[in-house]
Amino acid sequence: MEKEQNRILNDVTSGEYKYGFYSDIETEKIPKGLSEDVIRLISAKKEEPEWLLEFRLKAFRYWQTMKMPLWANLKIPEIDYQDIIYYAAPKPKKITGNIEEIDPDLKKTFDKLGIPLDEQQHLAGIAVDAIMDSVSVKTTFRETLAESGIIFCSFSDAVKEYPDLVRRYMGSVVPYTDNFFAALNSAVFSDGSFCYIPKGVRCPMELSTYFRINAANTGQFERTLLIADEESYVSYLEGCTAPMRDENQLHAAIVEIIAENHAEVKYSTVQNWYPGDKEGKGGIFNFVTKRGLCRGENSKISWTQVETGSAITWKYPSCILQGDNSTGEFYSVAVTNNHQQADTGTKMVHIGKNTKSTIVSKGISAGFSQNSYRGLVKVLKKASGARNFSQCDSLLLGDKCGAHTFPYLEVDNHTAIVEHEATTSKIGEDQIFYCNQRGISTEDAIGLIVNGYAKEVINKLPMEFAVEAQKLLQISLEGSVG
Amino acid sequence: MLTINNLKAAINGKVILKGISLEVKAGEIHALMGPNGSGKSTLAAILAGREFAEVLEGTVTYMGKNLLEMPAEERSREGIFLGFQYPIEIPGVSMVNFMKSAVNEHRKYKGLEPLSASDFLKLMREKKELVEIDSKLANRSVNEGFSGGEKKKNEIFQMAMLEPKLAILDETDSGLDIDALRIVANGVNKLRRPDTSAIVITHYQRLLDYIIPDVVHVLYDGRIVKTAGRELAIELEEKGYDWIKRDAEKNNSDE
Amino acid sequence: MPKKITVMSNHSERSDKYIDIYRENIERISFSSSPYINSFREKAIAEFIKLGIPAKNNESYRYTNLDPFFKHEFKNYFMPGKQDFIRAEKFRCDVTDLDAHGIVLLNGFYPTINDKIRQLPGGVWIGSLNEASKIFDSHIEKHYGKYVNGNSDGLVHLNTALASGGVFIYVPAGAVLKKPVQIINLVESDEDIFNQHRNLVIVEKNADITLIICDHTLSPQKFLTNAVTEIYVGENSHFDIIRVQNEHNNAAKITHTFIHQEQNSHASSNNITLHGGLVRNSTHHYLGGEGAECFSYGLYLADKFQHVDNFVNVNHAYPNCTSNQLFKGVLDDMSTGVFNGRIYVNKGAQGTSAYQKNNNILLTDDAKMYTKPQLEIYADDVKCSHGATVGQLDNNALFYLQSRGISKHEARLMLMYGFAHEVIQNIRVEPLRERMDNLVMQRLKGELSRCASCMVKCG
Ligand SMILES: Nc1ncnc2c1ncn2[C@@H]1O[C@H](COP(=O)(O)OP(=O)(O)OP(=O)(O)O)[C@@H](O)[C@H]1O
Ligand SMILES: [Mg+2]
Repeated sequence: MEKEQNRILNDVTSGEYKYGFYSDIETEKIPKGLSEDVIRLISAKKEEPEWLLEFRLKAFRYWQTMKMPLWANLKIPEIDYQDIIYYAAPKPKKITGNIEEIDPDLKKTFDKLGIPLDEQQHLAGIAVDAIMDSVSVKTTFRETLAESGIIFCSFSDAVKEYPDLVRRYMGSVVPYTDNFFAALNSAVFSDGSFCYIPKGVRCPMELSTYFRINAANTGQFERTLLIADEESYVSYLEGCTAPMRDENQLHAAIVEIIAENHAEVKYSTVQNWYPGDKEGKGGIFNFVTKRGLCRGENSKISWTQVETGSAITWKYPSCILQGDNSTGEFYSVAVTNNHQQADTGTKMVHIGKNTKSTIVSKGISAGFSQNSYRGLVKVLKKASGARNFSQCDSLLLGDKCGAHTFPYLEVDNHTAIVEHEATTSKIGEDQIFYCNQRGISTEDAIGLIVNGYAKEVINKLPMEFAVEAQKLLQISLEGSVG
Repeated sequence: MLTINNLKAAINGKVILKGISLEVKAGEIHALMGPNGSGKSTLAAILAGREFAEVLEGTVTYMGKNLLEMPAEERSREGIFLGFQYPIEIPGVSMVNFMKSAVNEHRKYKGLEPLSASDFLKLMREKKELVEIDSKLANRSVNEGFSGGEKKKNEIFQMAMLEPKLAILDETDSGLDIDALRIVANGVNKLRRPDTSAIVITHYQRLLDYIIPDVVHVLYDGRIVKTAGRELAIELEEKGYDWIKRDAEKNNSDE
Repeated sequence: MPKKITVMSNHSERSDKYIDIYRENIERISFSSSPYINSFREKAIAEFIKLGIPAKNNESYRYTNLDPFFKHEFKNYFMPGKQDFIRAEKFRCDVTDLDAHGIVLLNGFYPTINDKIRQLPGGVWIGSLNEASKIFDSHIEKHYGKYVNGNSDGLVHLNTALASGGVFIYVPAGAVLKKPVQIINLVESDEDIFNQHRNLVIVEKNADITLIICDHTLSPQKFLTNAVTEIYVGENSHFDIIRVQNEHNNAAKITHTFIHQEQNSHASSNNITLHGGLVRNSTHHYLGGEGAECFSYGLYLADKFQHVDNFVNVNHAYPNCTSNQLFKGVLDDMSTGVFNGRIYVNKGAQGTSAYQKNNNILLTDDAKMYTKPQLEIYADDVKCSHGATVGQLDNNALFYLQSRGISKHEARLMLMYGFAHEVIQNIRVEPLRERMDNLVMQRLKGELSRCASCMVKCG
């Protein structure tokens, strides 16, 4: 019985990575290595203004004084920052007069990933900024959105077209001094998405960014800046994939969100970077700083993430609840299998009065993986009436993996109520039996149970993503259940 | 004994009680009925002095005193007892300690000496018998891990211990099995004296077969929309609340 | 590319002082200890040099600042003054109406008012560790220094290097001691002193014993205590340790308790902190045999500028063990509470059940609570959970009590008492449980600004 279960567990969790192909696209790359010259080169290639170059250089100098953070429950191999290419851009095949026209090879790549760049073909209601390696190759529905005053474009375009906005907000939520990877990103970031929702506007469609690493030996360092002005609303999606390679590739991104009075931002991620093979070879190092600032009263920022990819994940989407009555939410499903490692969670910093935060984290570990939740809830002295509730559950599939929980609760206000609960267990045999008794195979039962377990989080995703995420869960765990 | 005059109250800015007037004389039993969410528990809690609702308007006089000015514990010592719809669990606080404090506070208020430990235990024993409560319950923490019915019985036991003048029983009958219902009702009846009164909040006429009310009120949307004798409860049991709601809304729109 | 690297050495100035003290006094320190115990000192000081005095960058001490005490110049670091012995005679502890086998320690020393070593019913021995090492050398060699081995806290090693006194308890197989053993730790001096002592408790199989340790300060000087207790609990045995801490606001108490359990044994630890300037209790439970069970409890009631830090580590090394942690705190005024709890389930420790709970009540805006419950789990057939809360007294419960005629003040006290009682109720020895209930009540009422026989007014 146990053997049989193990076999099924194994079958279920040994699924293949679907997005591991490589597109042979001519790419312009700069030489490997990192120095002030490289940064000047990136900046020059992007025809950036002087102030941005200055920002990069300051960040770089600061980064040089820093050390890799070691506190996470991760075993990170030494990274040689001189062995990375910091800029790679797909070269357009032929230059036509029409800038709207994109290289057919690029289009093919994104089609294959299920992200059509053609507006006609596109899933209705989703605008995409498609980013390959270091540059944004296409942003759809720009014009449609512009009609309601929404700015949605690549970060590089924003620097050129809306320098004041970029200058005002960039680094205001995640300063370059924030942490090692944030400093690195601030020095070398190549592209990313920029979005501004004006006062009173409810964004009529889902906005999304799709990240694709294609070139070898490159790092991806993008930056997303999202500003929701008073009483606006936007739902933002982020997806990512990369080819299968034996080497590790570094992805160190920054996402900054600002929500003004009564604004609401929903940010959803389905992270499916290449996780490495079954022996733990290759895969993406996903070291990301995501933070939202609820600056206005009654503002709300909600993070939802489904993390199934990457060899190593180091990521804590956070909310600074500065405005009175503001709300922060974090819903996460993190799946690790084979030799993946994840140290992920959130920070909720309560500054304003009557601020609320909710944390729901569901970890699923299989194979030889290690999965940690790490979260900080901090209530400052002035945050009267602050409320937090955290629920962090871990599910273990197999006896060679690990599941860990590291919450930090720091409370400095006596009217605050902070509650944390966590459980760790394996799938209940009685649950499996109950399904079996109703005629459901063990494999399906496990799928059902895992999906049920993650449902609370998956339900927070926009519909198209939810279905995708469910499939992804199943695939990531293929061959792991028993 | 109790006179409520045009009481209006709000919770978090939402007006729940919209002008309630009610008079309960010594010796009377009033039944208070009405659909879910109509404000019955809110009224009961305001009478007992819970500070969650904001009184906007109106007066409440109890035994000639302004009730709304008294803190909750003083109302209790003055003889108001609230049987909670959802009795709260208090881990770590034993029933014995809890009741001893309560009884002695009541005695102190009346200028009496505190009961000796043995007298107190004797009183507990007597009252437990009176309400037929399992004596093991009294050895546990207040309501902790009690079943729904046990909690309700425990409310009646506390009522017996404190001998109130005005008992407000908020759905003390819900969750009780048939025997327990009889026991609770008997308990109430046994404690009944010519100078004591009760407001019994219930959804079921069944309880009123045991505890015979003098008056029945129907509360709807924060107002008492109908007051009649015992027969009203029977009528409600048969016909439900729809006709009352219709009448009430009609009256409302006439205003 | 040049990268500026900041050299962060733990081996800071604060640590140097203690290394010097060690070097200068090693002969004095070793004088009364057995060669076996002395044989640990060199290695321990080397470990200490490596680890140093824990600073804020140490995850386990993230919220506790030891500087004000460790930087202080104490008059005496490891030896009692002459009159100190005389003082010991006078003291009667608050808990002494308890029927127990008592031992008094003064400033970390084993004074002559005790018998050097004595036998209790059932063949149990209690006495000074130094004395015992002459008679029980083989037992000591089997257990001493074994359970602290590999610990990453520099202070544990500092103790191993410097401690030169303490209590030894030996409970032979099958012995059941009805009365508890009580160690009364007194600190009293007219000078600021730092004291360290080292206890060893060996409970062989099928035995049963309860140990109570009461900490008191008797004079208002600045005191620092760094104590290590190693405990071995044999197969099928039952062992309880209860600490009652009642020291003044100018005293720091750092305790490290290591409980090693064999198969099917049962052990519990209960740290009750009623008073103290800076308190840090670290309790390490090692479940070293199948079917072992441990309970770790703590209660801390703090006010003024007091700081209470409880660090707990439960290590499930074998299958089918059970552990349970319950820590509760009430923090008033400007006090700070810290809870660091860890459940560590090793690979292969299947069938583990492990629970952890930490609940706190903040009474004022200046009180703070930092809690960090952790689960680290490397086996899958486990049931583990933890919960932590920081909040206030339940308003609904307050109203319920008031609606029965109880005054608000009284109702608050009752709720706080009820909150605390959940910890106290786990004390097995009934007279002690009642005594503790009383002390907690007095403490909550503010009547325990000093304990009955204490000369120090903690205001
Ligand atoms: N603390 C509160 N916060 C917000 N609304 C409340 C609160 N308490 C009660 N209410 C609202 O007040 C209204 C009246 O509630 P109440 O409990 O008095 O009804 P009830 O008549 O006792 O109903 P039931 O028969 O279901 O017990 C309801 O709409 C309820 O949702
Ligand atoms: Mg009700």
